[in-house]
Amino acid sequence: MELIPFLGAALLFGIGLFALVFKRNLIKIAMGLSIIDSGVNLFLIALGYRSNGIAPIFTTAPVSNAQAAATMVLPAPQALTLTSIVIGLAVSALMLSLAVLLFKHYGSADARKIRGLRE
Amino acid sequence: MSGLSKIVKNVASVFIVPGLIFGAYVVAHGHLTPGGGFQGGTIIATTLALLLVAFGEKSFRKAIGKNALAMLESLALFGFIGIAFLGLQSSFFNNFLSNSGSLFGQSVQFGVNEGNINSAGVIPLMNFMVGIEVASGLTIIVIAMYSGWGERK
Amino acid sequence: MISFILQHAPALCLATPLLFAFLTPLADKAGSRVRKAFVFLGILLTALTVFTLAQNVILQGARVYTMGASSPALTLPSGMTLPVRIILEIDAFSALMASLALLVAFFAVVYSFRFMKGNSLGKFYSLFFVMLAGLIGLVFTGDLFTLFVFFEILSISSVALVAYWYKRKKSVEAAFKYLLISSVASLCLLFSIGLLYGEYGLLNIAALAASMRLSFVTMVALGLLLAAFSMKAGAAPMHYWLPDAYGEAPTPITVMLGIATLSSLYALLRVLFTLFGSFSLLPVAGWVLICLGVVSMFVGVTMALKQDDIKRLIAYTAVSQAGFIFVGVGVGLATINSPALFSAFGENALKGGLFHLVNHGIYEALLFFSAGAVIYATGKRRLSSLSGLARKMPFTTVFFLVGAMAIAGIPPMNGFASKILIYESVYRFNPLLTVLALVVSVLTAVPFVKAFSSAFLGPEMAEFKKTKEVPMGMLLGMAVLAVIAVLFGLLPGLVVETIIAPAVNALASQAAYVGVVL
Repeated sequence: MELIPFLGAALLFGIGLFALVFKRNLIKIAMGLSIIDSGVNLFLIALGYRSNGIAPIFTTAPVSNAQAAATMVLPAPQALTLTSIVIGLAVSALMLSLAVLLFKHYGSADARKIRGLRE
Repeated sequence: MSGLSKIVKNVASVFIVPGLIFGAYVVAHGHLTPGGGFQGGTIIATTLALLLVAFGEKSFRKAIGKNALAMLESLALFGFIGIAFLGLQSSFFNNFLSNSGSLFGQSVQFGVNEGNINSAGVIPLMNFMVGIEVASGLTIIVIAMYSGWGERK
Repeated sequence: MISFILQHAPALCLATPLLFAFLTPLADKAGSRVRKAFVFLGILLTALTVFTLAQNVILQGARVYTMGASSPALTLPSGMTLPVRIILEIDAFSALMASLALLVAFFAVVYSFRFMKGNSLGKFYSLFFVMLAGLIGLVFTGDLFTLFVFFEILSISSVALVAYWYKRKKSVEAAFKYLLISSVASLCLLFSIGLLYGEYGLLNIAALAASMRLSFVTMVALGLLLAAFSMKAGAAPMHYWLPDAYGEAPTPITVMLGIATLSSLYALLRVLFTLFGSFSLLPVAGWVLICLGVVSMFVGVTMALKQDDIKRLIAYTAVSQAGFIFVGVGVGLATINSPALFSAFGENALKGGLFHLVNHGIYEALLFFSAGAVIYATGKRRLSSLSGLARKMPFTTVFFLVGAMAIAGIPPMNGFASKILIYESVYRFNPLLTVLALVVSVLTAVPFVKAFSSAFLGPEMAEFKKTKEVPMGMLLGMAVLAVIAVLFGLLPGLVVETIIAPAVNALASQAAYVGVVL
């Protein structure tokens, strides 16, 4: 039962990889990269799960330290995932802007027709 | 690109105020509830993007210029790193305001309580700076993508 | 004052470029002279801070800086057994890498004052400083996740800089391809950091190194890390982005991209030697590096033979020289578990590899600067339309000649010194590798003979009557780098003893790294 988030992450990774490798439209390639990003973020969040855990908030925690440490979900992967989401946003913004510029220059969004750089 | 119909314009102008206030709320309470600088800034940027789509590019440019947004972004980033430098008596990024009794400096009590907004030191200030920066940065990206790089055709 | 700077130097090295990056758009509004002065001040301050710190670390051993603690060296507050904050750790190898990066970056900024034309260059310098901050952060960090964050900062800002001349079709296309490969590499990196965190619950490099054990998950993580960093370092099956990005970027950015590639190599070495230092399957990784190196050497040099564009030619030979570094380091890695073999020739191979890394940075920068000077003076990039520039541009000709001799490994230059170190030690490991390396070295001279004779020698063409030598600002960087190349070639023993040997010792002994933190 605990494996379902990991299977979901693997599935998202697979779908994103398929879109990245086999699709020709530039916007679809950017979307594939974004889906792979979501898959890796889901994997990171699922690492911190503890069954019957509570949210890692200091002001709602039980008073004794040992009790709190045993039942809180790990907070570090949450910070990692937030950072990764922000980085994914920056990469998506840059990739989409470059795709728009390429469409303006070459007149087509097909990756096979964008061959200005040969050899 | 002159914007959408009258109904959309009216509804959008009613919706700006709750949207911006909600974004400011998420930024301000970042050290107590889920949220913080980046999340709140994105909400503000989304509201401004709604304005852009509803009113069209020319009216948006007249109200909020790209230069003002770029200036705001640089100033907010400078504020962020300035606060980080201020902690340099102990080490870089030191939280010199927490538990100190001044601006955001009350200590947090143990046990279950509802949380005090006047705590956590330097973190709410940095949230504020990051919120302004993300909002203006994302709005500039949205304007650039919408109108095709404006004056630099 | 000096002791304050020395105490907080790691954080200041990181914070100064960021501060100047954030303020440059404001300085740009005040006019282009103010902007130039401001940018020059920024790069000068950063260079001085980095060189001070580097000298301190090479002479006195590794240093640690804890961000946000009550004192910079407090890594384990109040009796904890594992470090809890973000820690920067600087040892001799990081200091070497950072000094090389700042040397090249300083001259790239001075070069770009004349090379880049246009009015609103505020964004260019702002992105340049962000890229520099990402690079310094990458070499100074002691924490795996901060490595990922700075790696991303470096990649994204360098993509934006490659596409800076966005009105040219080819720049945007090259930037798109570079962004795609770079994102796939960083996703592999994030995935393997997630795996390591899930297995051990730690992110600090020193703490992870102390608690590393053999398991399937760790092997997968090692493989993914190797793949991610080799993709960004331009190793052979994944080198396709390198000639495009290097060829179509503005010349100061091409030089910084070369340094960025070398810092991906730094990250690879840091992970392999320090993080996985006590891993028993490390020799396998060494052999993988050797294979990647050999393939890169051949692919790079054969593709360089048929290039017509001058910057793409140099970029392909850069791929080939990176292959040399991989082979040297791979031999050092493959023998690290057996102390007898290591002290016999493995250590020399590692010294050769690191010396070649430093030399590679220097002569690649020199070659790209002189190619950029040719493009600035004549406006043309293709070798078939250039001829006889030696009379009009004598200094550029000499600097290009020095760079070409250095890369081909001809005696008074530094390329020869590091290559002979690699040949000697690799021969005792496996003679076949030395033969391959010698063949590639001979073949490297060929594209440069072609480039030199077709661009600089020969009859003068009519359209070049009015070209003159490039301005002094651009020549200064080339002159200093050429002098350093010759000096390193004439005094290799001194250089290896004072700069390279501490770096090799810092890299090969994992215990020293861990001991500073825990």
